[in-house]
Amino acid sequence: MASELDTVPVITTRRDEAQGFLQGLVSKGLGWARKYSLFQYPFVTACCGMEYMTVASARYDLDRFGAALPRFSPRQADLLIVVGTVNCKQAPILRRVYEQITEPKWVMAFGVCASSGGFYDNYATVQGIDRIIPVDVYVPGCPPRPEQVLDGIMLLQRKIQGQEHKLIDRKPLPVVGQTPTTR
Amino acid sequence: MSKVVIDALVERFPDAVYDAYVGVGGDDCAFVKKERIVEVCRFLKSDPGMLFDMAPYITAVDYLGQEPRFEVVYNLLSLKTNRRIRLRVKVPEQDAVVPSVTSLWRGADWFERYCFDMYGIRFSDHPDMRRLFMYDEFVGHPLRKDYPLKGRQPLVQEREVKDIYRGPGPATRD
Repeated sequence: MASELDTVPVITTRRDEAQGFLQGLVSKGLGWARKYSLFQYPFVTACCGMEYMTVASARYDLDRFGAALPRFSPRQADLLIVVGTVNCKQAPILRRVYEQITEPKWVMAFGVCASSGGFYDNYATVQGIDRIIPVDVYVPGCPPRPEQVLDGIMLLQRKIQGQEHKLIDRKPLPVVGQTPTTR
Repeated sequence: MSKVVIDALVERFPDAVYDAYVGVGGDDCAFVKKERIVEVCRFLKSDPGMLFDMAPYITAVDYLGQEPRFEVVYNLLSLKTNRRIRLRVKVPEQDAVVPSVTSLWRGADWFERYCFDMYGIRFSDHPDMRRLFMYDEFVGHPLRKDYPLKGRQPLVQEREVKDIYRGPGPATRD
């Protein structure tokens, strides 16, 4: 049987819509701001580092995408670029560095070793850093061409723009010091 | 290369040095009995005609299926006379302990730790017999031929700083 109460949710829905519209505007604005001010932390372990230098310096120039400044403290960065092979002895260190980066944070796996272990299919190498930390963009190649890295940065920017951003994020703080995922 | 070194060695240690030959590249090579290796090395280092004052590389080989199974290879170099020699020591699997030469060359320290880490060959009288490359939780010795090709092991926790053992510290210079 119909009653007047049935109409109440419609009103709250409109209010949700209005809030959602404002939050959407804020989210888009924050996404636009964040995607053009990526402060990177290069976790360089291997030969892909040479290619990273090429990308970061004048010829290919990451500055055109707003990702110019490498910060050498993870607390000042929001994009972790894992460049090169990560072996099992180093895995806890990479995890610690990831935990130290402040929110919001994104991770790029630079090169095939960071993405999947590459041809180091052996006892010593982590078979892709996604076994330790979450990864947003994978850039394959051994080493990747600078154009591939720029493509990865642009993909990441598109992803950041599509994500939900909030002025004040009330989601619970992540628990640090968890046991690493075992394989 | 002249056979001066190898002739002197065989003459001095007829019961410890055997099967001398000239290896690839013209280096003098010889097999040495395991128990006598420190004695032979001390002669090579300190004798005024030899003066092998540097051990550029010490490594091990796993001849799986042969007996004795392992072999430790000492590559020695004399900076004074510009001569090289390669000593090979057969090591059985049941008794994989070799006398250490760190008392002669400080640089042999990490090479012997490498041999222990990768092949499981222990060196007696070594000051700090720990793994060199792999972490302490790692089980087995990965360069042995019977280690599984993709023998993965679970990832380990990061250690607290106070739990990190840094070894006995720098030794006195010899």
